Amino acid sequence: MPWMTINGIKVQYRDGETVLAAARSGGMEIPSLCFHPGLGHHGSCRLCLVEILAGGRPGLAASCALPAAQGLVVEAGSERVIQSRRMVLGLLLARSPEAKPLRELSEKLGALEFPPRPDTRGCVLCGLCVRACRAVGQNAINFSGRGRSRRVTVPFDLPPGDCLGCRACENVCPAGAIKVVESRGRIAILPWQSELETVCCSKCGAAMGSRPQWESLEKLFSPSLLRAGLCPACRRRLQAAFHG
Amino acid sequence: MSEEYARHLQHLENLGLGRLYPRRPRISVAMASCGRAAGSEKIYRALGDELESRGIDAFLAPTGCPGLCSREPMVSVLAPGKARVHYSGLGPEDAGPLLSALAAGEVYLKNALGAETEDHLVISGRRISLGPLPEGLGPMAGLDFYRPQVRLATRNCGCIDPFSVHEYIGRGGYRALREALSREPAEIIREIKKSGLRGLGGAGFPTGVKWETAAGAGNGEKYIICNGDEGDPGAYMDRSILESDPHSVLEGMIIGAHCLGARHGIVYVRAEYPLAVKTISHAIAQARELGLLGKDIMSSGLGFDVEVVRGAGAFVCGEETALIASIEGRPGEPRPRPPYPTREGLWGRPTCINNVETLANIPLIVHRGGEWYGSFGTAGSRGTKVFALVGKVKNSGLVEIPMGATIGDIVLSAGGGPDRGKRLKAVQTGGPSGGCIPASMTGIPVDYESLAGSGAIMGSGGMVVMDERVCMVDMVRYFMSFVAGESCGKCAPCRDGTAEILNILDGITLGRGRPEDLDTLAGLSRLVKGSSLCGLGQTATNPVLSTLRYFRNEYEAHVKDKFCPAGVCRQLVIYRVDPDLCAGCGLCAGDCPGGAILGGEGRTRAIEPDSCTRCGACYEICPQGAIYFTGRGISDAMDDH
Repeated sequence: MPWMTINGIKVQYRDGETVLAAARSGGMEIPSLCFHPGLGHHGSCRLCLVEILAGGRPGLAASCALPAAQGLVVEAGSERVIQSRRMVLGLLLARSPEAKPLRELSEKLGALEFPPRPDTRGCVLCGLCVRACRAVGQNAINFSGRGRSRRVTVPFDLPPGDCLGCRACENVCPAGAIKVVESRGRIAILPWQSELETVCCSKCGAAMGSRPQWESLEKLFSPSLLRAGLCPACRRRLQAAFHG
Repeated sequence: MSEEYARHLQHLENLGLGRLYPRRPRISVAMASCGRAAGSEKIYRALGDELESRGIDAFLAPTGCPGLCSREPMVSVLAPGKARVHYSGLGPEDAGPLLSALAAGEVYLKNALGAETEDHLVISGRRISLGPLPEGLGPMAGLDFYRPQVRLATRNCGCIDPFSVHEYIGRGGYRALREALSREPAEIIREIKKSGLRGLGGAGFPTGVKWETAAGAGNGEKYIICNGDEGDPGAYMDRSILESDPHSVLEGMIIGAHCLGARHGIVYVRAEYPLAVKTISHAIAQARELGLLGKDIMSSGLGFDVEVVRGAGAFVCGEETALIASIEGRPGEPRPRPPYPTREGLWGRPTCINNVETLANIPLIVHRGGEWYGSFGTAGSRGTKVFALVGKVKNSGLVEIPMGATIGDIVLSAGGGPDRGKRLKAVQTGGPSGGCIPASMTGIPVDYESLAGSGAIMGSGGMVVMDERVCMVDMVRYFMSFVAGESCGKCAPCRDGTAEILNILDGITLGRGRPEDLDTLAGLSRLVKGSSLCGLGQTATNPVLSTLRYFRNEYEAHVKDKFCPAGVCRQLVIYRVDPDLCAGCGLCAGDCPGGAILGGEGRTRAIEPDSCTRCGACYEICPQGAIYFTGRGISDAMDDH
């Protein structure tokens, strides 16, 4: 197996693996935010920066997108790396002071201080929601604007026809910036102005997700899903009674 | 290539020479964007009308940009057997007298800049003698502006009609392609490596090495892209070359296609360059017609075609991965490299991206040889570089100089130094990604290493001259507002870091600066530079760092004394009249937009501070030098907040 050096330690890696993956499988900690194993890298949050000392173009690089290479020597905790991480942490905390992963990291590393940015509504622009929505196959949301005007939104800022209400965006958001409100028979994904009907279990009445989501799942898997009209718990109970 | 095609090319060359050196007078009007902005279309029409109404047999040609933008509109007249006379600043009313003189066999001297007694065709090395120097005129090459220049990339700019492929071929165009097609790609790439040509779009990556990598990236589909997404404020080298000599870029691309095995090419041009889009599109159509593009180029079997893609206005699209995203129809945002585009570029295929100016040099290198090209410039930086010389300088325009010439050669010799007797303060090279070089360092040579050592960069070729009336803090604030606004917003340091730096600079120019701000600025700038995703963020803070290095005292005056030494930052200066010097002429009152000048006819003036907008117009116009500015005092400046 080929190997590279991280923090002075020889680490083996598989072909095609990134430095971040190699470090983590070697038991080393490198923080990251915009990277998600299921959604790939984005290279935008710059928290996973490492310093390339040899075997590549010298300087800082995002380890989530940096291919591991034989003989590559990187430092994940050098002074330069830590300083840069503190700045990035500070800039992101100014956008999203409540984001848990950022708070935890800043307790460990310390963060530079910047004026708060309440206008960002807690979004750190990591793009995980955008990529999750794309992975779901909907592409209902994307970035708009540039520089500090950049934000995640729906086309023309109008309620999207493409949002299924699947909540994948909410699920992957590291900053808790995607607020979802559920009320009787309705689900609202606030930042996308998306308001959809929910499907309720015909037996216990529990909400089982939005109707468009169920309909799209039916198309993909089994048309009987919705017809059964049962939530997973009730379905299991029924199956148990049937087999029991 | 078939015999037949060679004869065809020879025929085209003769046609071109017939247009360039006709048996009747040739009148050329510079009609690139800069010329048109200065009114060349009116002169062109007036000349056309006069020629027709007088029945004079002359050839009227719209040509490209001769480089001397501050003297546009420019016209040149070549009568058979006579030297070519160049004019600057002619108006439509001059058309009649000029043609009368021409018909009488005389030289019209009004507004004549100089004359050319011979033409040098750079590709072939051939010299064509035109005629003796007319009395009363000096040689064009003797003008301050042209003396230090060596025009290689801009060899045809201003000489040929950009819409005429014949004129391009007449000056030796497509000879290099003819040769290249009979040579092995590896041999040509070796020649380019030998020339030492480096990417002239800014980063200076060795072109030969890039081509070698792309050539070695398998035998599948590949692309060659011409990067014409020029966006630095004040820089327009690429526009001018595309507008004035589009075939030179196209020829470079076709040679590239032969070397790399690419079958598709794309010219990516800013949509803000409508004329360049028109000239290059027209050149492509002409090349297709003549078999210089298409399925069987010059009957050699090479298949290659080019399309034009217009950029959508984002500065970051000059960065190669963002440019690729833009062509693919995605938002123009960069992605981390590696993989580099030469391995994985447009549509995931190997892609070679070269700048306009780089490509324009390729035919020269192929025809004259790498060694010849490498004989210009210095050991580490070969050849020439085109600079867009703008700002507070007498002769603004495009200057092509051999690498290794000094900043002084460009700014003081070619540029003639600052206008109106002002003192030179600094020169910004490389636009918003570059740095400031103070006047005391005009002796440093323009090559990659020396410029990098000084904290500036070669960059794409923008060169902004600043005189004593430019405030460095205000200037840097402008550049930061540019990059903060043009940052795509993808990565945190560039998006939010540049905005925070801009906040601090805003504060300093408004008098809210604190002494500790300077260290914060320097620290943040270094971190943003080191940690950003692409070249935009990695160079965005260079102006801050270089001005902190060379003009720290000016920053300190702003934060400690609340005074702007250049008199630019309005919150930090107050204009006054020295009653001992004031002659009471009242010129200041005429120029004052705020009506703040007190005192009547013949009497000593004074400035009413509350109405004064602190624009400095009175200071500039006062013939006595009686108007001066001081700081407002720390307490006053603080009172505002």
